[in-house]
Amino acid sequence: MRAFASLLDRLAFTPQRNGKLVLMRDYMRDTPDPERGWTLAALTGGLAFDAAKPAFIRKAVESRMDAQLFALSYDYVGDLAETVALVWPRKPGANREPELSEVVDALSSATRAQVQKLLEGWLDALDADGRWALLKLLTGGLRVGVSARLAKQALAEMGGVAVSDIEEVWHGQHAPYEDLFAWLERRSDKPSAESPGRFRPVMLAQAIDEEKDFANYDAADYAAEWKWDGIRVQAVSERGEKRLYSRTGDDIGKSFPDVLDFLNFEGVIDGELLILREGHVESFGDLQQRLNRKAADAKLIAKYPAGIRAYDLLLDGEEDLRTLPFRERRARLEVFVRQAASPRIDLSPLQPFESWEELARLRAHPPEGDAALAEGLMLKRWDSIYEAGRPKGPWFKWKRDPHLIDAVLMYAQRGHGKRSGYYSDYTFGVWREDANGDRALTPVGKAYFGFTDEELKRIDKFVRDNTVDRFGPVRVVKASKDFGLVFEVAFEGLQRSTRHKSGVAMRFPRINRLRWDKPAREADELSTLEKMLD
Amino acid sequence: MPKPENVLCPSPAGLYCEPGDFYVDPVRPVARAVITHGHSDHARSGHGTVLATEETLAIMAERYGENFAQKTEVLRYGETVSRSGVDVTLVPAGHILGSAQAVVRAKGFTVVVSGDYKRRKDATCAAFEPVPCDVFVTEATFGIPVFCFPEDGDEIARLTKSLAQFPERTHMVGAYSLGKAQRVIMLLRAAGYDRTIHVHGSVEGLNALYERFGVKLGAIEPATVDKSKKKDFAGAVVIAPPSAIDDKWSRRFNDPLPAFASGWMRVRARARQRQVELPLVISDHADWNELTTTIKEVAPGEVWITHGGEDALLRWSELNGIKARALSLVGYDDDEGEGQVASRGEAAG
Repeated sequence: MRAFASLLDRLAFTPQRNGKLVLMRDYMRDTPDPERGWTLAALTGGLAFDAAKPAFIRKAVESRMDAQLFALSYDYVGDLAETVALVWPRKPGANREPELSEVVDALSSATRAQVQKLLEGWLDALDADGRWALLKLLTGGLRVGVSARLAKQALAEMGGVAVSDIEEVWHGQHAPYEDLFAWLERRSDKPSAESPGRFRPVMLAQAIDEEKDFANYDAADYAAEWKWDGIRVQAVSERGEKRLYSRTGDDIGKSFPDVLDFLNFEGVIDGELLILREGHVESFGDLQQRLNRKAADAKLIAKYPAGIRAYDLLLDGEEDLRTLPFRERRARLEVFVRQAASPRIDLSPLQPFESWEELARLRAHPPEGDAALAEGLMLKRWDSIYEAGRPKGPWFKWKRDPHLIDAVLMYAQRGHGKRSGYYSDYTFGVWREDANGDRALTPVGKAYFGFTDEELKRIDKFVRDNTVDRFGPVRVVKASKDFGLVFEVAFEGLQRSTRHKSGVAMRFPRINRLRWDKPAREADELSTLEKMLD
Repeated sequence: MPKPENVLCPSPAGLYCEPGDFYVDPVRPVARAVITHGHSDHARSGHGTVLATEETLAIMAERYGENFAQKTEVLRYGETVSRSGVDVTLVPAGHILGSAQAVVRAKGFTVVVSGDYKRRKDATCAAFEPVPCDVFVTEATFGIPVFCFPEDGDEIARLTKSLAQFPERTHMVGAYSLGKAQRVIMLLRAAGYDRTIHVHGSVEGLNALYERFGVKLGAIEPATVDKSKKKDFAGAVVIAPPSAIDDKWSRRFNDPLPAFASGWMRVRARARQRQVELPLVISDHADWNELTTTIKEVAPGEVWITHGGEDALLRWSELNGIKARALSLVGYDDDEGEGQVASRGEAAG
């Protein structure tokens, strides 16, 4: 438990991806089985308990210490699990510290009444960090900023293999993953990836470089289709196993039981998960209502019906199509989708074109309807095999030009690592009329990249020279009609949001240009943004 | 019927001993002062006569210049000086080099002003000695049950492990220049770390002072570089006051990894607020357990609480049948880093 706890502790305070990778890689390398396997399960979301309810934890601690002292402590810390971890009184002569595997084993066979006793015994035996880790695990939220994908990346680094190799075998493996570690440590062969329902590593596209690539490639070699604005998925229906995976191999079937029900075929489809109403695509904002939920109820499903728009066919019956050229896979896909005749699966149509110029016009002026909501175009070589990863050449994505607005810097926060001495995370706002009819700035987004190191130095100086207030690590920067720093902000799309004061939320915002020359009063109005809503 | 308040009582300038006409750790200039230790909120300049340990007087001279008081008087640990029927003895407090408890005896009462103190081992100063007394005047910087500090060695092990895991990053350890900085250095040495440790300019003079008093810090270099040698600091330990780490100063180093040695790091929100990546729970103050066991051990008739988390300590005293009162003295901030932030005045520049 000690190693697990100190890993969680470091992860929680380490913001950079690379730092997290090092911490996980070293932990996996240095920790024996089965402990590291259970940790891996916890990090990848495969170990969820709701054994300890807050009310119970509170009761347990109040039976051991004065309620008033606890209340003062809780008031000071603000987080129940952390408070209990810190104040739980020492108990000399307690049992030795439990290992994570012992906790997992004991909980899997314990009744509700037994859990309480077990938990108290563990809390007695652990130190503060151990108690914190245990309580976070048992209350069902580690929140250390690690995705399943990142944990698998760390495994790949530990074993010196490609992350796609991990993803390929992942779904045949089960906690505590001893076979997987045996392979990564060269003690055994690669585990079989043959289990039905497994994930196939996906093929991704490079962003096209308009300046160079069009001159180098022949339009006749490529097919084009819309890049739909949902999430890329792999729908698997194989010998009775029905699964829906994200493009990194996370099983998202639980959030989309309606889609799983409609996988009435034998094969594997690569496509885009979208909200589809009567055959028409709805905005990404609608899809977001259904993402990252543990389950979906009938009401939500009826309101936001999900479906798949198919791009590719990887498995047809028992036949693996991935080594066939795109042209043949596409022909097979058209037949496959027609035969499946599922109301929730349709075909992403190809867009015929003769020249790159013609395609450029299509991208700039998409027809009314679904295409108007697409993120851009996909180009796929007719002869491309289905190759895991992001090879250069066979597939390109050609996104629409981003939206641009001029916004005023309002708040700044220091960055991390190489940027730790610089104010590099910015919140910016646009003008709107407040209740009194005055123009006031309202924050509309945050960005922390899109500028050079030299520009960063200048903005940092501006922030330091023009700080008017501070809240914890956040600096309030002087911004008024007559004074302020204007950013040209680029973003991909805009949704309504109830969580933001301005009522809008940007996708993928970044600083496009610094407008030192532009007076703050000439920055955009909120009404301009509202017209850009998807 | 005399009361302990006739020996020592709170006043706007600090704790005042009327029969002896002196203050303990006064927060404004007075004619006669007894100073428990060298941190600037306890040891201010401009007094008439200052009575303190040799180390504390040396620290004050280092920080304020030789003329920090009109007159100084050295009192060694355990020695007693008498003044109009009042006996003053200085006893080790275990807080920083030269730190002392002021034991004041008069009118049949013994009042102990602990100053700031801690109970765990510290290679940079003499260990706290409990003195039985009628009134124990205690600090309560960490006087709330959430502050139970781990072993120093375990915290330092987290730092040395991180150095091994991230050998390309400069580990910037925020530590108060007086006391904490030297303690962290000594803890690193005790853990077998024998590489050169780099320090911020504000730590250098105090390091030399500690060396003069026999605290051997090992290989220390100033953390000053021209830009071309940035890479030399890859994997190095740099110790600097917390304000410098947050500031432009830290830019000269290679991909700095911000650490912070302070009792406040026990609470995660505090660490997050400061964007610390490696919080090290190392304090020069007594934690909750040390405060409560010390009070039990000293077994005073009354406990007076000077500053910090008095609510919880009052409650604990009530539960344990100990008479206690909060003095709510103003003017003492804490030397664990937070007070420094407030007084940085960075907004101006």
